[in-house]
Amino acid sequence: MSPASVEIKTLKIDGRDVGAREDQTILEVALENGIYIPTLCHLEGLTEIGACRICLVEVKGTPKLLPACVTRVQEGMEVMVNSERLQNYRKVIVELLFSERNHICSVCVSNGHCDLQSMAQKLGITHISVPYRHPHMPVDASHERYINDHNRCILCTRCVRVCHEIEGAHTWDVTGRGSQAKVITDLNTAWGESDTCTSCGKCVQVCPTGALSEKGKSVSEMSKRRQFLPYLTLMREGRP
Amino acid sequence: MSKVKVATVWLDGCSGCHMSLLDIDERLIALAEKIDLLYGPLVDAKVFPEWVDVTLVEGAVSSEEDLAKIRKIRAHTKILISLGDCAVTGNVPSMRDVFTVDEVLNRTYVENSDLKQLAPESVVPKLLNKVRPVHEFVNVDIFVPGCPPSADNIFYVLSELLEGRMPDLAMTARFGA
Amino acid sequence: MNQEDLKEIAEKQKEANAPFEHNIHVCVAASCLSSHSDQVMTALDQEVKKRGLEQCCKVKGVGCMGLCAAGPLVSSGNNEKMFQNVTAMDAAAIVDNVVDEKPAPAAIVLDSKLPFFRGQKKIVLENCGEIDPEKIEDYIAVGGYEALFHALTSMTPAQVIEQISKSGLRGRGGAGFPTGLKWSTVAKAPGTKGKYVICNADEGDPGAFMDRSVLESDPHRILEGMAIAAYAVGANKGYIYCRAEYPLAVKRLKDAIKQAEKLGVLGNEVCDTRFSFRVEVRLGAGAFVCGEETALIASIEGNRGTPRPRPPFPAQSGLWGTPTLINNVETFANIAPIVRNGGDWFAGIGTEKSKGTKVFALAGRVTNTGLIEVPMGVSLREIVYKLGGGIPDGRKFKAVQTGGPSGGCIPEQYLDMAVDYESLASVGSIMGSGGMIVMDDSSCMVDVAKYFMDFCMSESCGKCVPCRVGTAHMYDLLAKITNGTASQEDLAMLERIAEVVKFTSLCGLGQTSPNPVFSTLRYFRDEYLNHIERKSCGAGVCSQPKAAGVGA
Repeated sequence: MSPASVEIKTLKIDGRDVGAREDQTILEVALENGIYIPTLCHLEGLTEIGACRICLVEVKGTPKLLPACVTRVQEGMEVMVNSERLQNYRKVIVELLFSERNHICSVCVSNGHCDLQSMAQKLGITHISVPYRHPHMPVDASHERYINDHNRCILCTRCVRVCHEIEGAHTWDVTGRGSQAKVITDLNTAWGESDTCTSCGKCVQVCPTGALSEKGKSVSEMSKRRQFLPYLTLMREGRP
Repeated sequence: MSKVKVATVWLDGCSGCHMSLLDIDERLIALAEKIDLLYGPLVDAKVFPEWVDVTLVEGAVSSEEDLAKIRKIRAHTKILISLGDCAVTGNVPSMRDVFTVDEVLNRTYVENSDLKQLAPESVVPKLLNKVRPVHEFVNVDIFVPGCPPSADNIFYVLSELLEGRMPDLAMTARFGA
Repeated sequence: MNQEDLKEIAEKQKEANAPFEHNIHVCVAASCLSSHSDQVMTALDQEVKKRGLEQCCKVKGVGCMGLCAAGPLVSSGNNEKMFQNVTAMDAAAIVDNVVDEKPAPAAIVLDSKLPFFRGQKKIVLENCGEIDPEKIEDYIAVGGYEALFHALTSMTPAQVIEQISKSGLRGRGGAGFPTGLKWSTVAKAPGTKGKYVICNADEGDPGAFMDRSVLESDPHRILEGMAIAAYAVGANKGYIYCRAEYPLAVKRLKDAIKQAEKLGVLGNEVCDTRFSFRVEVRLGAGAFVCGEETALIASIEGNRGTPRPRPPFPAQSGLWGTPTLINNVETFANIAPIVRNGGDWFAGIGTEKSKGTKVFALAGRVTNTGLIEVPMGVSLREIVYKLGGGIPDGRKFKAVQTGGPSGGCIPEQYLDMAVDYESLASVGSIMGSGGMIVMDDSSCMVDVAKYFMDFCMSESCGKCVPCRVGTAHMYDLLAKITNGTASQEDLAMLERIAEVVKFTSLCGLGQTSPNPVFSTLRYFRDEYLNHIERKSCGAGVCSQPKAAGVGA
């Protein structure tokens, strides 16, 4: 169900003229038109938070880089989504993510099905130039069906959002600041002891990496099923 | 035309990258016509040659011996290639980085040992505090990620170099592959 | 409560103050309190009583007098006489001096003619050190709440905003956004679900305590400014987001709100008009990022205090999704005087683009540390050498750091530059909220950059990748440089990461976190190179840099 009256805007993305509803974001319009903008924290069906900064684009006349996922279209906007500068920044951001925790792709349950891993490949990253930080992060395997391995978490908070917005349980949240930040269940109790977790597994399915996985999966066996998300949102909100 | 001088080395790795190199299979014969393999686990030489055109490095740098080796190799090599995830990222060997060296040695030689529960003090090279990828110590010219890198990727890299081109693996290779 | 009642209270309080021939003011703001000014005040009270002078000599607790380094401070007779480093033991000598004109011991006499005091122009701090912060009557006696009543009874909201716009006042919290423009945006935003006014009192820059002093010394000034703002933008609920580390400020604010509501200058039907405005104090839990307005709003809403991308700006969609006006303490403190004296009066002070005065917390290697308020446009040299009294111990000036962790270090060659928003930005620093740290040649600039990076790294909220991970890497690299194990490649990497963090971080905290690195690299690159190439620290701060270690 669309709002009663919606204005249509025309804009340019990478030199191409495109039309958009006024309530659309640059990312939505780009995707509709087959223009690729890399994203990590974005997932269709969840609210946008603009946190990973991978989808930053350049808009002519604006000195700042803008996150495509939350920036609404404007009439006459000229958007550049893939300049050399953006490519360079995206590479550094993904390298920062790889350096932050212990992403050992070769032994990861999500090897071959990981958004971070494939993002590195898409951006042409063949090595991480910043030093690895290798922090000592815990693994929570207390849940009977799922595992939370903080070593592979990129703090995109998809789990937090899906649990709050779709499942309505708000089991997940974030604690700590800066590089001490980590996702937690309930008030930082073990996942298996959570009073609120419904064991629905949505968090596992939306997790971009091997941080949240199903028990019993070995290397490369954990591929995520996310097709349900847009439908759930549709059913809940009656949104187009 | 003189053949291209090639060396391969094996630091802290599992030999999987060398296996993948051999998996080039019959194409090895074509390569062998243009390449002289002077040094490495696959040949008998004991001393690293004075000068080679290309060295393929498998494995991460995790001991003082590794470090000495890689510095020496860098000084005698024109094009240094980090071959595989251990050389490129630290990979599995670097999983010990969240522990101290003492914890690691204790786990290996004391806790998990039935006989002679004692960490070695000689013979085994002294471990560095952290396992690091090769490029954190010396300049690396080409990165070939993968665990192991596919035979096709290795063949591609070598063929491109033989043609005098720099290989571009940006879209074909990935970590963990 | 109407304007007549207000006048009556003012007259009554003035009369009550009048019969005293002598007034002794004791600073009871946090800094002097921490060196026991409460004991000084009790001792003075007892001394006056002992001598039977209650009828001619009044001892009063007042707010901050500025020269915090010399506290506890006591003053008398419109600050003609001032006493420093006072203890309870000095009570008799002070009463001797004030009442009987006997000479006071040299150790406690403070020259009230010091340039530190005379070089200032006080608008924000005009009541600090003058009135009793715990008595609303004292505030009313010096014209307090007149501006609010004037606005409510003889100005339209649009006229109030016009005066604020005319004044040229810019946000004192850091970014310097024109206050009038902000107000008119909120005023114009449709607020079917109400609107809010928020006072940002989450002052968190290291070394900055401007807002704390104002809150402790003149809390009603903030409430009055907020009420005027609420009237102008159409809000009737306000929050003061104050950090919990300021318990005295919180207490005085809460007391002030109670007093104001009791008198009817806050609450329902203020000044017998239809305007209602209630204020609540919310405590911040010590996160620097909650000074960022969207994070602050999230925190008031009860969520994790992390920023969100803007737009929408709080002026359109802020607290609970309604149009919200957020200004900093000092900004609100400027409102009543502007309404009272008119926008043109304010615009006559300062420089072309930076109007009015600015309060600075002068700290570091300078003789007179404390709070100063100066007109925009005075030079750094005047602040450091005249008001600040220069560098102690005969050492050499090296740099002044302005703007807190988001700011930069300004070297000697710019000492004669006028202090205003644009000039500071042009040399790679910012006005910020008003922290000013003076450094002499005993400071190592790489170490200074490392200090601020440590702060930014610890205070990063962790939401966006570049700030969360980038600041940690920058800190590691700076640590490597200071301990003598860094290479040229490390320096290049530092610059590369700094650029990415600057341009890609989500909020102002991240975007400005590399500023101390940029500015020290810009003016003190040789110090970086010295650490890297010669493994030595010129200032001797980074003692015994290690030789390049192996696989550390």
